[in-house]
Amino acid sequence: MSATIDYLLHLADNALVLGQRNAEWCGHGPILEEDIALANVSLDLIGQARLLYQLVATLKGGNTTEDRLAYFRDAGEFRNYTLLELPHHGPLSGYAQSSLDYGTTIVRNFLYSALMALLWEALEKSANTDLAAIAAKSLKEVRYHLRHSRDWLLRLGDGTDESHARSQAALDHLFPYTQEFWVSSPAESAAIEAGIGVDLQTIKADWDGIVDAALAEATLQRPVAEGYVSEGKKGLHSEHLGFLLADMQSLARAHPNGNW
Amino acid sequence: MTSALKEWPLWEIFVRSKQGLEHKHCGSLHAADAAQALDMARDVYTRRQEGVSIWVVESRAITASNPDEKGELFDPAADKIYRHPTFYDIPDEVGHM
Repeated sequence: MSATIDYLLHLADNALVLGQRNAEWCGHGPILEEDIALANVSLDLIGQARLLYQLVATLKGGNTTEDRLAYFRDAGEFRNYTLLELPHHGPLSGYAQSSLDYGTTIVRNFLYSALMALLWEALEKSANTDLAAIAAKSLKEVRYHLRHSRDWLLRLGDGTDESHARSQAALDHLFPYTQEFWVSSPAESAAIEAGIGVDLQTIKADWDGIVDAALAEATLQRPVAEGYVSEGKKGLHSEHLGFLLADMQSLARAHPNGNW
Repeated sequence: MTSALKEWPLWEIFVRSKQGLEHKHCGSLHAADAAQALDMARDVYTRRQEGVSIWVVESRAITASNPDEKGELFDPAADKIYRHPTFYDIPDEVGHM
């Protein structure tokens, strides 16, 4: 039971945190159509998170609700990949600030969508039939997310000198964080053991294929993924998640019994 | 590397709301090419289940009648009610036509 809950929270937190990040573009998109497209992607992700949190709430019972899980857990209790909580720009030092960089947004959405297009497909065969049903619904959504981010990756990578340089820099910055995909956490190992989860090693070759083909078309260089392996899915996050959660949770925490 | 377009061309969007119905014009948007116009049309015009199929046509491919000429183009049809097929008695057995 606990393995199932931990695994579902990992999937749910991934969707919620990336949904929240992408939503930062709402009203700030580079063009109106992209503004709407990103908001659509966010709403798909938040919808996936809701279904998963509702399932967790049912399994946990008591007074657990989807809102409690989304709004009243702190950073250390979130189980998302570190990749998904990073801001929409490259690394900064000190108090430096940066505006949102669409290249970073697109590269991240591409790397994650490529993974989820394979993972949701595999999860359609999960021993947990509720999860299998959520996977079937999410698969259609993520296939469009992959198509959208891949299309823009090609346009930016094989675009102007400026867009090429920015998307390559985003890729160099984000790619090492994908190492976290391939190292199973205890929660994932237990879920795989129970037939509920999927061993990502079984889809890594396909992910490599999707990534390599797109990068070649986009004239981008695949960076070597090495160095520190992030551990967001074990609750060890970067400094960025706390700020994201503060933004997302402050309203619900100011009105803890509010209904909307 | 290609040089960036400063202005993206305008595309007219046609959406079929369900199988069997025709595609209807529903608006326009700017996009770099036809494939991108199609994806953007999906996001802008079919978010509320408006469609099952989308056509995009570059706006400059459309030749339009001149609004200033609507007098000579369209007004002469106004008094020719005999062009409407409303002067026939249709047998009940035919049903809806």
